[in-house]
Amino acid sequence: MEAFGATFAIFFSAVFTNNILLTNYLGMCSFLGASREIKTATGLGTAVIFVMTATSALNWIVYHAILVPLKLEYLRFIVFIIVIAAFVQIVEMIIERVSDRLYIALGIFLPLITVNCAILGATLFMVIREYTFAAGVAYGLGGGVGWTLAIIAMAGIRQSMTKARVPKGLEGAGITLIIAGIMALAFMGFNGMIR
Amino acid sequence: MAFRKEKKILLRNLGADNPVFVQVLGICSTLAVTNVVKNTLVMCLGLVFTLTLSNASVSALRKWIPSRVRMMVEVLIIACYVIIVDIVLKAYLPDTSRQLGPYVGLIITNCIIMGRAEAFALTNPPWLSAVDGFSAGIGYSYVLLSISAFREILGSGTFWGYTVVWEGWTNWSIMVMAPGAFFMLAIFIWIVKGLILKETEN
Repeated sequence: MEAFGATFAIFFSAVFTNNILLTNYLGMCSFLGASREIKTATGLGTAVIFVMTATSALNWIVYHAILVPLKLEYLRFIVFIIVIAAFVQIVEMIIERVSDRLYIALGIFLPLITVNCAILGATLFMVIREYTFAAGVAYGLGGGVGWTLAIIAMAGIRQSMTKARVPKGLEGAGITLIIAGIMALAFMGFNGMIR
Repeated sequence: MAFRKEKKILLRNLGADNPVFVQVLGICSTLAVTNVVKNTLVMCLGLVFTLTLSNASVSALRKWIPSRVRMMVEVLIIACYVIIVDIVLKAYLPDTSRQLGPYVGLIITNCIIMGRAEAFALTNPPWLSAVDGFSAGIGYSYVLLSISAFREILGSGTFWGYTVVWEGWTNWSIMVMAPGAFFMLAIFIWIVKGLILKETEN
């Protein structure tokens, strides 16, 4: 039960107190690019949750079963990015075969995900913090959920903002960053929930 | 006159096409490492190194890279250079390397590098690509350095680790935390865009 509690705490902190987007700034590029509409944001978010969880697990296994015993830790960047890119490619091919609807919903987002820093970032944080396997997967899942939460909230705000008048210099990226800052402030309110 | 093309690329990347405030690329690391000037400088040097050499390498190999797997190949080339940066940092600046943590590795997925490779290196010769990569790196670095200078002075009252503010100064602790980074970058974009907009109107 204790172990479960610790794992859940990691999941919870990855979603709220240490949101991968709002406190670690990972995945900003796609966050700014794809947060115009709730529908796109949801699609991309779902793909991120799935890929992040799976690649965290895969990379944990690869790192601890292959790289550490062979003392090849210095190759980890290249190995992690290969695992991520290969995984994304395979998923894309499977989805294309299995379901057209799923492919239309998620397929276009998958190539974007290879270069989404949040995916690689989650893996690197997991390795640096020396999580166990369960904790690593919980962190991957939590990171994905937290990222999705942030991007959907942002898309909602931006959709209703289309009618607002924004100073000219702030249009586009500027105002999005300010909203992200306010959201980060709000998420800081969760601090202290986890010791 | 001989270097006209190079000069044009350089100026474009520093100003009108600046990767950070015009294209808004690569800002993950912009925000994460800019609370201390020293870390920012190290990060920028790493990025300039990676960007210049990977751009040149991609360009040198562009005729042999099959277009279907080109993203893969680009990422691998970039990752090689980032590993070099990581090893050098671990050997000579272990403290900074520890503070930067995963963000050194995240240079791989920095969209600027991928963006320059896709947009420039695939269609231009190696020398020009190196110039392009270098200047985009510098364009990125000076924005980062100015943001980090503000954040460190306002947030911790120091610059490069030395105290620069008078007694009785209260640190704006929000500046070193996450929201401060977002606000700072937004304000920076606002100011720069305001200046550019005015210029084009005149």
